[in-house]
Amino acid sequence: MSSEFLKISGLCARIDDNGTEKPILRGVDLVIPPGEVHAIMGPNGSGKSTLSYVLAGREDYDVTDGSVTFRDQDLLALEPEERAALGVFLAFQAPVELPGVNNANFLRTAVNAVRRARGESELDAVTFLKDVRKEIKHLSIHDDMLKRNVNVGFSGGEKKRNEVLQMRMLRPSLAILDETDSGLDIDALRIVAEGVNSLRGPDFSALVITHHQRLLDHLVPDRIHVMARGRIIHSGGPEIARQLEAEGYAQFLAEAA
Amino acid sequence: MTTVATHAAGIDAFIARGTALTGAQGDREAASGHLRAQGLPTRRLEAWHFTSLAPLADVAFSAGAQASARAATLLQGCGIDALAVMNRVVFVNGRFDAGLSRLPDGVGLSFFADEPAFGAIARPERDAATMLNTILAEDGARIDVAADVDAGTIAIVSVGVATDTPVSFHPRHRIVLQRGARLALFEYALGEGEYLHNPVAEIVVSADAVLTHVKFQDEAPGARHITCAYVDVAERGEYDSFTLTVGGSLARHEVHVGLLGGAAAAHVNAAQLLDGAQHADLTSVITHGAPGCVSRQTVKNVLSGRAHGVFQGKIYVDRVAQKTDGYQMNQALLLSDGAQIDAKPELEIYADDVKCSHGATVGALDDEQLFYLRSRGIPDAEARAILVRAFLLDAVELVREPTLRGILDDAVERHWRKGA
Ligand SMILES: Nc1ncnc2c1ncn2[C@@H]1O[C@H](COP(=O)(O)OP(=O)(O)OP(=O)(O)O)[C@@H](O)[C@H]1O
Ligand SMILES: [Mg+2]
Repeated sequence: MSSEFLKISGLCARIDDNGTEKPILRGVDLVIPPGEVHAIMGPNGSGKSTLSYVLAGREDYDVTDGSVTFRDQDLLALEPEERAALGVFLAFQAPVELPGVNNANFLRTAVNAVRRARGESELDAVTFLKDVRKEIKHLSIHDDMLKRNVNVGFSGGEKKRNEVLQMRMLRPSLAILDETDSGLDIDALRIVAEGVNSLRGPDFSALVITHHQRLLDHLVPDRIHVMARGRIIHSGGPEIARQLEAEGYAQFLAEAA
Repeated sequence: MTTVATHAAGIDAFIARGTALTGAQGDREAASGHLRAQGLPTRRLEAWHFTSLAPLADVAFSAGAQASARAATLLQGCGIDALAVMNRVVFVNGRFDAGLSRLPDGVGLSFFADEPAFGAIARPERDAATMLNTILAEDGARIDVAADVDAGTIAIVSVGVATDTPVSFHPRHRIVLQRGARLALFEYALGEGEYLHNPVAEIVVSADAVLTHVKFQDEAPGARHITCAYVDVAERGEYDSFTLTVGGSLARHEVHVGLLGGAAAAHVNAAQLLDGAQHADLTSVITHGAPGCVSRQTVKNVLSGRAHGVFQGKIYVDRVAQKTDGYQMNQALLLSDGAQIDAKPELEIYADDVKCSHGATVGALDDEQLFYLRSRGIPDAEARAILVRAFLLDAVELVREPTLRGILDDAVERHWRKGA
């Protein structure tokens, strides 16, 4: 496998905001080698979630320039479900509620769709339940959450745990976690970090979007990138998390200006 | 104009066929008179604002032939396993078929063919479905459940078999629940070829009786399904109905429910799943004619292709019907640009102490939900099917009888597998 597991080059994307084209990503460059965990930090509205959506294949955004390759494939040419089958997983900043859709059925449908697409046999109901029970125990998720409708009436923290549950069940090779730590209590934070750490290996990379150093204490990233105004304006080792926590973004913003 | 001449000729043909039938001639002649005077309804009539039956006059229908063997095959392939073990009264091209039926014990069961007589609730002078049916009825089931008897589940199944020429059949059913009786009635219509199925049901729910009435209209693509049901509910009686429409090229399902005794209740729920060029009209009139009655109506339309769904729902609250509790909701999901819904919810209230609400919404699938599902690897078509099923769920869930709810769930599921 090439050392460029995920390569984002000059990525520009905009959105149609009530008739006016609004540029959001203005030339994002980012490379994640296999097996590495990278973090993105940056001010509100800098385009972090937009980047994660564009990587996952959301159609609302217009990619106007640049490219993304993932495992030597043109990621942008693929449908969202094809990206998922290839191993991309996005834990949403705001997980979507699906009234009328049972959480366990949803999970099983997703797992089997991905297995089908990867040429694996589908899981029968019993095997699936055994697997999912194991995971929810790890994540301290109540059994009840499987019986309920997807994310409907879930607390903020429960929604985030449900995202992590999906990630674990879908066995991605690139996990994008968009503020999965927001809204989590201290124990849950550790559990979630463990959930990611235990997936670490040569075939797993992660892009972790966060505002807080605390997650990065548990989930020591190989690189941290600072995003502002639709660009990566600085990259460094894990130590810059502390610098950011202490000084804020002002210095990096000034340097980039 | 030729269309008028054709229309008149078509009506004459229906009437001529009716004249040849024996039994209840007085009623048939009266209905023929109404049809001759009124013609088949077109959109010029308020009650038919979105649906015209005029095209029926252009088709040379005749009575269908015996087709037991073919009907048996169709039933075998219908996909409803529960039917095999269910008590059922099967009609093929409108005539009772003993060989395909499995008759229930413990209820009064007789047939229109044996003793043609019409009940007093249906109003042949008022609606075209009943007019046509009264002229041309040859058979139908009469089910009578005695006081305090729970008759379990009984199916009335109609199989239409039209091979070379268009056929029409017009069964006349009568269901009577005596005081305190219970019945779960499953009405199921299927078939092949070009035919007109025009059933009329007269239904009496006596005091304290409970009738669950689940209807699954799964007619052949070339079928027209034009029906009317009249339901009278006495004090504390309950009429709990659900109609799922997926078949036919042209369908009109009309129902008139009269809540005639205090504290009676009616649930008149429905769902339509239409695509291609299907046109299906659901028209209901719920009359609160006594105090303290409850009516509930949830109607969902899922429309793709160039399908046209219609919901006309009227709740009429009589002057005496104080403490009426009425609720009506119509929600349409349009899955394509060419699909169309016409919704006309209507309240007509003459009492002053009532609680009535109604609403109608039209929407498309939610992009964010769709993306969420697809981002988890679920292919687009499957993701859409999941969201449509979720949309229908709170309507189908209203069917409390588990076997019948299961049949509807499966039908919805099958519909999407077929389409995907
Ligand atoms: N659908 C949309 N319509 C209009 N503007 C949008 C849309 N999506 C994103 N934006 C805008 O794009 C910018 C970037 O948004 P994005 O959600 O990517 O920021 P973020 O870095 O994730 O912020 P936060 O840290 O608050 O989560 C914001 O100004 C936002 O308002
Ligand atoms: Mg964000």
